[in-house]
Formats: sequence, structure tokens, C-alpha cells
Amino acid sequence: MSMNNQGRPSGAGEAFPASIATISGDRGLDHEESLIFELDHGAVGVDLPDVKVGDDRLGGLRRKGKVGLPGLSEPEVIRHYVRLSRMNYAIDSGLYPLGSCTMKHNPRLNEKMARLPGFGDLHPLAPQSTTQGALELISQLMNWLTGLTGMPAVAMSPKAGAHGELCGLLAIRAAIAARGEDRKRILVPESAHGTNPATAAFAGFTVDEVPAKPNGHVDADALKAKLGPDVAAIMLTNPNTCGLFEGEVIEIAKAVHEAGAYFYCDGANFNAIAGKVRPGDLGIDAMHINLHKTFSTPHGGGGPGAGPVVLSERLAAYAPIPLLVADGKGLRLIEDMAAAPDGAKPFGRMCAFHGQMGMFTRALTYMLSHGRDGVRQASEDAVLSANYILASLKDVMSAPFGDGPCMHEALFDDSFLDGTGVTTLDFAKAMIDEGYHPMTMYFPLVVHGAMLIEPTESESKASLDRFIHVLHTLATEARAKKTERFAGAPHLAPRRRLDETAAARKPVLRWKPDPLKQAAE
Amino acid sequence: MRYLPLTTEDRRAMLAKIGAPDVDALFRDVPKSALAPLSVFDLPDTQGELEVERALSKLAARNVAAGAAPFFCGAGAYKHHVPSAVDHLIQRSEFLTSYTPYQPEIAQGTLQYLFEFQTQVALLTGMDVANASLYDGSTATAEAVLMAQRITKRGKTILSGGLHPHYAETVETVASLAGVVSRAPVTPGSAEDIIALIDEETACVVVQSPDVFGLIRNLRPIADAAHAKGALLIAVVTEIVSLGLLEPPGAQGADIVAAEGQSIGNGLNFGGPYVGLFATREKFLRQMPGRLCGETVDAEGRRGYVLTLSTREQHIRREKATSNICTNSGLCCLAFTIHLSLLGEEGLTRLARINHAKASALAGKLAALPGVELVTDAFFNEFTIKLPKPAAPVVEALAAKGVIAGVPVSRLLPRGFDNLLILAATETNTDDDFAALIDALKGVI
Repeated sequence: MSMNNQGRPSGAGEAFPASIATISGDRGLDHEESLIFELDHGAVGVDLPDVKVGDDRLGGLRRKGKVGLPGLSEPEVIRHYVRLSRMNYAIDSGLYPLGSCTMKHNPRLNEKMARLPGFGDLHPLAPQSTTQGALELISQLMNWLTGLTGMPAVAMSPKAGAHGELCGLLAIRAAIAARGEDRKRILVPESAHGTNPATAAFAGFTVDEVPAKPNGHVDADALKAKLGPDVAAIMLTNPNTCGLFEGEVIEIAKAVHEAGAYFYCDGANFNAIAGKVRPGDLGIDAMHINLHKTFSTPHGGGGPGAGPVVLSERLAAYAPIPLLVADGKGLRLIEDMAAAPDGAKPFGRMCAFHGQMGMFTRALTYMLSHGRDGVRQASEDAVLSANYILASLKDVMSAPFGDGPCMHEALFDDSFLDGTGVTTLDFAKAMIDEGYHPMTMYFPLVVHGAMLIEPTESESKASLDRFIHVLHTLATEARAKKTERFAGAPHLAPRRRLDETAAARKPVLRWKPDPLKQAAE
Repeated sequence: MRYLPLTTEDRRAMLAKIGAPDVDALFRDVPKSALAPLSVFDLPDTQGELEVERALSKLAARNVAAGAAPFFCGAGAYKHHVPSAVDHLIQRSEFLTSYTPYQPEIAQGTLQYLFEFQTQVALLTGMDVANASLYDGSTATAEAVLMAQRITKRGKTILSGGLHPHYAETVETVASLAGVVSRAPVTPGSAEDIIALIDEETACVVVQSPDVFGLIRNLRPIADAAHAKGALLIAVVTEIVSLGLLEPPGAQGADIVAAEGQSIGNGLNFGGPYVGLFATREKFLRQMPGRLCGETVDAEGRRGYVLTLSTREQHIRREKATSNICTNSGLCCLAFTIHLSLLGEEGLTRLARINHAKASALAGKLAALPGVELVTDAFFNEFTIKLPKPAAPVVEALAAKGVIAGVPVSRLLPRGFDNLLILAATETNTDDDFAALIDALKGVI
């Protein structure tokens, strides 16, 4: 062992045997962390004056018991949440190939802009004369969304993709009612996101599934055969959830319209075609745009998102309130159904206030940064990267839909694992030990043991090559029945596989105080 | 383009590996007529950070931020001080740039804070269980009504006249698809006789407290009357800080609580993103919408957390799901949880008392003005006054003087309540703010 000149050992030393338990239970940078409630010691993390208030204006409803919140100082709270953060995978720390979810880079300029006091500290019901900049921002974003989609109108208030689906279907429902018709059936391909049938049911429709063809495309003939006077709409994802562009989309739209129905497009995969293809040119009547996918507002561990819906001429009149209009004095929000301008017949309201402004600011920042040329390049790079992965892995993994190009996602099935004893789940969990977040698994449902890889445009070639090397090696080992990496994986994550069955059988959904300790107090 | 790592040389090499002559060959399934040249898009080209920041900052400067003026708006969104640690922590990459925690082994950070969030919401509202958030208070209220329709298998919903009108419209938009939604009369400053409207067909009664006019409502008699007819009471809270001082809905017999959590940890953001809080009784657990995080153990017996009971959800149950919600308000939950952890029991209690003291002081000053009448006599941090003339032009006139005086009721209820003005006062308001408001108001009324 070498020494530095203070006698301090400076060599690398011996390896620490993994089998030795540490005294603390922590291991180096990996800390175990209690629940915040278990750290309570009666401290406080804010300094506020102790003001006494009387009961005279409380209507006799002053709180009688304690809330039961723990007390901690600021440094303790910060350490707690920093330690928790270190148990998470994130796009900033590695490739995040979740198909359908679009984990692309989240530029920090977007965060900075959303926090400008003029946007972040603006009240939704402040006098409209004091919010003109915010209304102008919404107007500019609307212009981008209609410009990129080639659609004439957009409803801005839906708060996420599924909320946008609901908005689109309610507009369709209103349009059908306005025609004096009663159409109750919605056609949904079996490869659709779960939100599509859930939303159709939510909006009071019945769901009729359309099969997929063996090549991963929707069966357009089967779809056309199902059209009839009771069909309200179809909900089609394009590019679809198999990562393929539905090439018959224009003929499908024509048939749908001839049958008096509407064409709803799930825009979750718009990021493959933004700046290349305008959905308005395909005959679409309504499509939500997940700003948290295509336009990179951060996913934040599951939200918030935003799901504005672009609408065709046939549906534009039914957009929900609030409506943004320009008049002599500037921009103005119409928040009252009865005050809707001539020709507008809003179907209702999706939520309080005006939508996810914080997400609008981030998305417009993204758009202005990229420009139309950058948006187009991003789509091309996303498609190129997915095809590069498909081309590089199809010799060892099984691509169910042959040799054709994919869009922004490369789909594999589990037939390459046949007879190995390794499942899609094992394969995905082994990726965790290699430092990667798994791809989307077991979706779409039309492919057995599906593995859906979406690299996005945010990865360098070196990053893609390294990822391909890891997956190629894993697949090769699995096929050679070298399965030790897969059994019980992950081994190196903050947790091993978690018992989801036990969690569901006896749900523990909150912390509760220790009854003995409580009794002693 | 600074966000795109691939170089021209990389793209060429990748196309060679794929065996495609150019990138458009990869778009071969797109009908030729639909492949648009760049010139079709009448939009600007790429810009650097500096230029974009300049453009956005110019827009932001045209707005009057709440912190830049004496400010009294509430009515569903509230100006509070959020400790600096909150925004710093939620911007950690591991929180900000992660997805929904579908891979629990590498998402324990998100899952544990969701478990803490669910516990905090249950404690605050006095309920058994809470979910991992919905979009906001208004959509949470709509989901609560749909849940009550499922539980009771009845279609009739009665909305209190004191329910925020945006919430009422949101509920009507979805709950009227499969049922009948009726609004009780609007009676600013007093409780309408909602009990008389409850009958054997009623699925639920929706009552907000404090209501949109700021009035604290006694929920217990309404809960008892609803239960006697087999209906549920849905309690709505738009100012969650109020539960630091007021009896929680769970202690007053509420079956479901739908609330807006923006006040804790989250900025005003011109109306969103906010965070919908949703809590209920244990017996209704399996009818809940949205994600739930539960405790379990891993293969080595260590405590850990997972998303659970997902057979209620759209990605498993599809058209039979309890809701279509997927993305919720993850990061806003985190902000809520961190802020509430910093407050703790003592901090929340003090914050709530300060809010009430500020509003009481302001109400006293305003009621002393000639021609001004205090409409709400029991309130938390928000109340309604009656002016001698229509409130909307008064608010605009005061805005021109640099005072944001509150929300005219006519903005929410365009007919019949022109002279009413809703004002909120929080810990952020100073005596100087009060003096500026009173002075400006004297000059206008």
C-alpha cells in the first residue's frame, strides 16, 4: 500500500466484501431513509410569529384535535428529500427508453422562464388588464399548435393527455347532439393506450375493439366494416403504439366521415412527426398533444402534464370555455358560457381557470428554442435513433413486424427468449443492474411479451452504441441460457423486486402512529 | 441545435447501418401527399437561449405579478409564501426528470414521497385514505361525484350554491352525462337550505367550506341528512391552509374530500399546474380514482413502496376503469409534501392563525368604510363585501392605481351579484398593503 507524505494511505486498498453488512445500514452514497413521520422530534422548519386568534369569526368550527404532522428543521427536511431523490432514475442521469412515454431532455431554460414572476406568480383571476402578457403567451402557443398540426382551432384547458381525450370526445358528443343524432359506439384499436377506452366509457360511449393486422397496423377493412349509423367516432393513435405510421389513415378518415362519424387521434406519438406531417392533412377532427411528451415539459415523477386539443372546422365551435378572443382592447378570456361569441357553442368546462399555464410557458420556450427547423430535426433524429436500435438489435432480439422501418419506437416481442426461462420482466429488470431504466414492457397488448424502446432525439450516437451493446449482450447471453444475470434481477438497485401482490392484498396506503407510543403520550 | 446531440456525420453513419438512403426513407409509410416541406410551416426558426429568454421576459413583464402589488385575489387560488427549499428540491433532476414510478426498484424516491403525501392529505382532511393526487381541486370534485354515483348507483347530484362556480361547471360537464346535476340557490354569506333538496335518488351533496364567498360551513348536519337518505357528502376545500385552524371535513362526517392543494408548496401559475387532493373512507377504497402508493417489502424483506390496486386503473382495466386519469400532479405533490414537512404541526397552525388574523383585520377596516358591507361573518382568510356600486369596474380602476383588489363575483357569476367583491388576505399581506387598498378604494366608491 502506498502512503502520501502525511502517512495517510493513498492507494486504492482492498475491495470491501459485498457480503459484510455495514454498521449503519447505509452503503457509501446509498442511504436508507425513514419516513418523514418517523423523524419527528417537535422541531419546526419555518419561522412564523405566534399570533392568537379568537373564535368569534370561526363559526364554531375551530379545529379540536391536532393534525398529527411531524416537526423537523429545514436542514433535516432538505436532507430527507435529497436522500429520497438519490433512489430515483431520471433522464438527466441516463437513457430512459420508455416507449410511448417520450423521456426526452428537459431544457432548464424552460424551468427558468416558467418561474419568471410575471408567469409563476400570476393569479388566474387577476384583472385581465394585468395579465395581457400571459394571454399573449397562450395565443402564441395556440399559433404554434395549430401551425404544426394544420388544424384551425385548439382548446387549451385540458390538464393531461387523458383529459384532452375527454375534451375531444365531449366536443364530438356535442357535435353529434347538435345534429340531432344519437351515436353511442366508439371504435378503438386493440393496440390503443388504456386511456382511450377508459375515456370513451367516461364520456358515456360504448367501446368496440378493432383488431390489428399481423403487420402491426390497424385492420382498416375491419374498421370500415364496423362503421355504421351508431358509430360516433374512432380513436386512432398515429403513429400507433407499435411504433408504426398508419399509412391508410387518409382512406380511414374518408370512410369515417362518410359514415357521419368523427376521427379522434391520440397524439401521444406526435413527437415522431412534428414538423414533418400535419395531422390536419390526414383528415383528423381532434387530437390531444401531450406537452409533457412532444414539447418536453418535465414528467416530474408522474405529472403535471398538459393536453391541449386541436380541433377541425367541424368541431371547433364546441370547444369548452374559457375561450381566448382578441378585441379592440387586447386579448380577453371568455369564461362564461352565455357570453360565448356568435357561432361558438361550448360543451362546458374541463377545469377551474385556464389550463396548465406553467406547462404552456415551458412548451413555448421549447418551441421558440427549437424553431420549426429544430422541431423537424428532433422528429427526424427520434425516428433515426429508433431505427438504428432496431437495425442493431434485430439479429438477436425478435422484431415482430419484419424488416420495415419503424417510427420513433422500436418494438420487440419475447419470442427470442423462448425456451430460455427468461421473461420480458427478467430481461427488463436486468437492464436496471446495467444502469438503465427498462423499456416499456407488456405494451402494446397486441404483441406477446412486448418491449417498446423509445430512445428519443436526446441521445448521442455513443450513448446509443453503449445501450445497444448492453442489450445485444444481454440478449445473446439469454439465448445461450446464461441466465444468472436475469434470475431475481435487479441485484444492484436501491431495492430488489418488490412484492406487489402483498401490497394489493393488504393495502397499507399511509403511515400510522405507533399505537403504543401514542398511548404513552 | 443545442439540445440535439447527433452530428451530421453520426446521422450518415446511422443511416448506413440501417441501410436507408436518407431519413425520409424511414417515413415511407406516410402518404407522399402528407409529407410536408419545411416551408409549409409558417413559424420561426431556431433561436439561442439569449433570444428566447428576451422574448419570454418581455411577455412576463406585461403582467402584474401578485408579489409586485398590494394583492387580494383568492377564489380558488391563493398567494402564499413558499420556502426557498421547496423549489430548490423539486428541481433536483432525480425528481424533475423521472417518469411515473412503474419500476419501483429505481423509483423509491418518488414512491416514498407519494406515500408521505397520501398520509399528509389523510391527516389534514381527517380521512382514512388519500390517493397520489388528481389534476386539481375542480377535477377532483368531478371525480368525487362520479365515484359517489358508482357507490350509490344513483344519478342525482346536488351542488351547494357556495361551490366555486368553475368547480360547479366542471362537475356539470362530466357528471350530467350519466345523471342529473342541480345547483342549490346562491346565497352569499349564508348557508342555503340544501338539506331540503336531498331525497332517495340523491347520490351526493357537494358542499365547499370555506365556500367561494369565504363562508365557513357547518358540514355535520348536511352529512347526517345525506346519510339518512343513503347519499354521500362530498366536502370541497379550495384553501387547504384553512385546515390548520378549522375542524377537518373528516370530523364532520364527509365521505369524500376533494380539495385544491395549490396553497401549500405551489405558486399561482395563472391557474395551473395545481394539485388535486382526494381522500375518502377506507370502505370506499376500491372505488377511488387515480394512483395509490402502498407499502410492501422487497425480495430481501426491506420496506419499500409500489403503485398498488392498479386493477382500478385505465392501463389494466381499460373501459372498466374507475377513471381515465394517467398523468397526475406528481411534482406538485412533492412541492406540497416538502412545504408541509417544513411547516410541521406548529408551522401550519401558526400559518393558519396568521391568515385568519390578517383577514379579520382587513375585514374590519373595510366594513368601517361608508357604503361597504361585510357579507361573510364567519371566514378563514377570505370574505365577501358588498360595495355601493358594481365591483368589476372598481377592481379595474384600482388595478390602474396599482392595487389588485380581489375577484369581483361577477367574474364567476355574471348575473345578479354585481356589487360583491371577494377578497383574500394571507401571511404575505402587510399593513402597507391594507392602507393602499383602503386609500385607493376610498377614491373610487
